[in-house]
Amino acid sequence: MKILVTVKEVAQVDDEFEIDGLDVDERYLEYDLNEWDDYAVEEAVQLSEANDDVEVVTVTVGPERSEETVRMALAKGADRALRVWDDTLAGAEFLDVSTKAELLAAVVEEEDPDLVLSGVQADDDSFGATGVALAERVGFEWAAVVNDLDHDADANVSNVRRELEGGVEELTEVEGPAVLTIQTGINEPRYASLRGIRQAQRKPLDVLGLDDLGLDDSVVESPVALTSMYEPESEGDAVVWEGSAEETAGELATFLREKGVVEG
Amino acid sequence: MTVLAVTEHRRGELRDPSFEVVTAGRELADALGTDLHLAVIGGDVEGFADRLNREGVDAIHTVAEGEEFNHDVYTQAVTAMAEAHDPDAVLMANTVNGLDYAPAVAGALDRPLVTDAVAFDADGTLEVTREQYGGKVETTVEVDADRFALTIRPAEWPAAEGTGDAEIAEFDFDLDESAVRSDVKGFEEVGAGDVDISEADVLVSIGRGIEEEDNLPLVEALADALGATLSSSRPIVDNGWLPKNRQVGQSGKVVTPDVYIAIGISGAVQHVAGMKGSDTIIAVNTDPNAPIMDIADYAIVDDLFDVVPELIEEFGGEAP
Ligand SMILES: Cc1cc2nc3c(=O)[nH]c(=O)nc-3n(C[C@H](O)[C@H](O)[C@H](O)COP(=O)(O)OP(=O)(O)OC[C@H]3O[C@@H](n4cnc5c(N)ncnc54)[C@H](O)[C@@H]3O)c2cc1C
Repeated sequence: MKILVTVKEVAQVDDEFEIDGLDVDERYLEYDLNEWDDYAVEEAVQLSEANDDVEVVTVTVGPERSEETVRMALAKGADRALRVWDDTLAGAEFLDVSTKAELLAAVVEEEDPDLVLSGVQADDDSFGATGVALAERVGFEWAAVVNDLDHDADANVSNVRRELEGGVEELTEVEGPAVLTIQTGINEPRYASLRGIRQAQRKPLDVLGLDDLGLDDSVVESPVALTSMYEPESEGDAVVWEGSAEETAGELATFLREKGVVEG
Repeated sequence: MTVLAVTEHRRGELRDPSFEVVTAGRELADALGTDLHLAVIGGDVEGFADRLNREGVDAIHTVAEGEEFNHDVYTQAVTAMAEAHDPDAVLMANTVNGLDYAPAVAGALDRPLVTDAVAFDADGTLEVTREQYGGKVETTVEVDADRFALTIRPAEWPAAEGTGDAEIAEFDFDLDESAVRSDVKGFEEVGAGDVDISEADVLVSIGRGIEEEDNLPLVEALADALGATLSSSRPIVDNGWLPKNRQVGQSGKVVTPDVYIAIGISGAVQHVAGMKGSDTIIAVNTDPNAPIMDIADYAIVDDLFDVVPELIEEFGGEAP
């Protein structure tokens, strides 16, 4: 069985930051593996540990910098990695849902996995659409927001729980090949061991451009464009208590006493 | 030319976002100078259609197929409706089920998709306002196409009211059974337990700012000193540090205490969905730009490890 896991390196913004054009200035960004993808990688690695002959392949769309993140996934037990990138992609201003789905679909066609795991959403732009869009494009079945997976490798059938709103879970059977978008909490992602990190350096990490995937430049043409980014005007009118921790705690204590939350 | 808004229900009840897509759909239809149509799929479609017949709805198309949401059925039905009526916009809600079928609809119709809109403007081209980086920044996204798909964030638009005089008709549609390869077996409620945080008057709620499980006794001591109940954001539950019945948010519990003290919680939309109805919201966070600050009534911008021990002391407790 082959499991393809889509992973993304996402940026997190420091407490204080400045916006430069259409993004937060690079100086205020820190990069990490997308939280939801970490759980997807773990789920794939656990499946490979529980079944014979499972290969776990990760795929990312991203610049060279993201290899560090991809190596983390390899250190946690993925077998090899693919990174999709070239000058055309680097030059594109915005990769919309359909562009990403098309790039990943070309990888799926090449790799022919039995199961694709992806995160529910990426923590930076939060479109929450790539996994299902990919499934539709390649004609796979799918399930979104999966927080429990029982996979029958022989039949290639997944019994999943989908985490709905308000503490209700849906129990669904999904025929493979399928794309499942993984919710946090489904497992406990492991830390990469030192040994894993060393081994990851020797695992294959191939870079594929549009040519390699049989796609042309038109894949990046999109009617969807990012046109501005700004700090939202604070709608709030919070009273901010100032001073030392002792002083602010005192203010809060006084407030809670006046409100009658605590006596005395 | 129309706007087609898709509604949702679960276990016999229409869900709130169904009435919100009517409001947003009317807004979009007005901007485009066109009609608003609704799609009602599965369950008691006639009863649902009657209740959704609110002011500003021009037509309601029903598909009596299955009792509950099935994404294969929804995707096929909405795609067929869109092919029949050629709407400018297919509008859906960014709910958990929205995440499960909206991208497939957009893909099947080969339309650009923008998700989780918090506002939009459709004078000329569609311009969608979204959030990025966990709500720290807002973006605008322009869609230069006259046919598109859009999902809206739940609870951002008010529920539609008034009574409408929409034409209600069954949508004639042949389901391709062989393409229905997912099978919904049922539902289960999770997260019950000894404590019901939705009943609490005062909640001390902890987020990822607590860093380690070993630090939990600190906030437990605070909750004790205040006679408050301890709740949390999702990562705390994901890590297994607190049971599921303590989770506040979209997939956890909706709470409405008199006082909600959010400590080390950023205020992600799915968390806020569960606590914004609190009477007084107090945030303790090192980040002055954390989105929780937008809905807080009072805030302390400081390290929780400095502030919480002082607070415990104020109330005669002892920090661990
Ligand atoms: C479908 C779906 C459903 C979801 N349902 C829920 C849900 O029900 N409930 C929920 O909570 N989330 C839910 N989430 C997850 C949500 O998107 C966020 O990931 C989560 O709420 C973040 O939790 P947090 O605020 O504790 O962590 P973070 O976002 O990491 O925030 C931590 C905060 O702590 C602050 N901090 C750090 N150190 C300190 C310190 N020493 N002192 C003071 N402050 C500090 C930081 O500045 C930051 O603001 C859901 C997500 C999805 C996709």
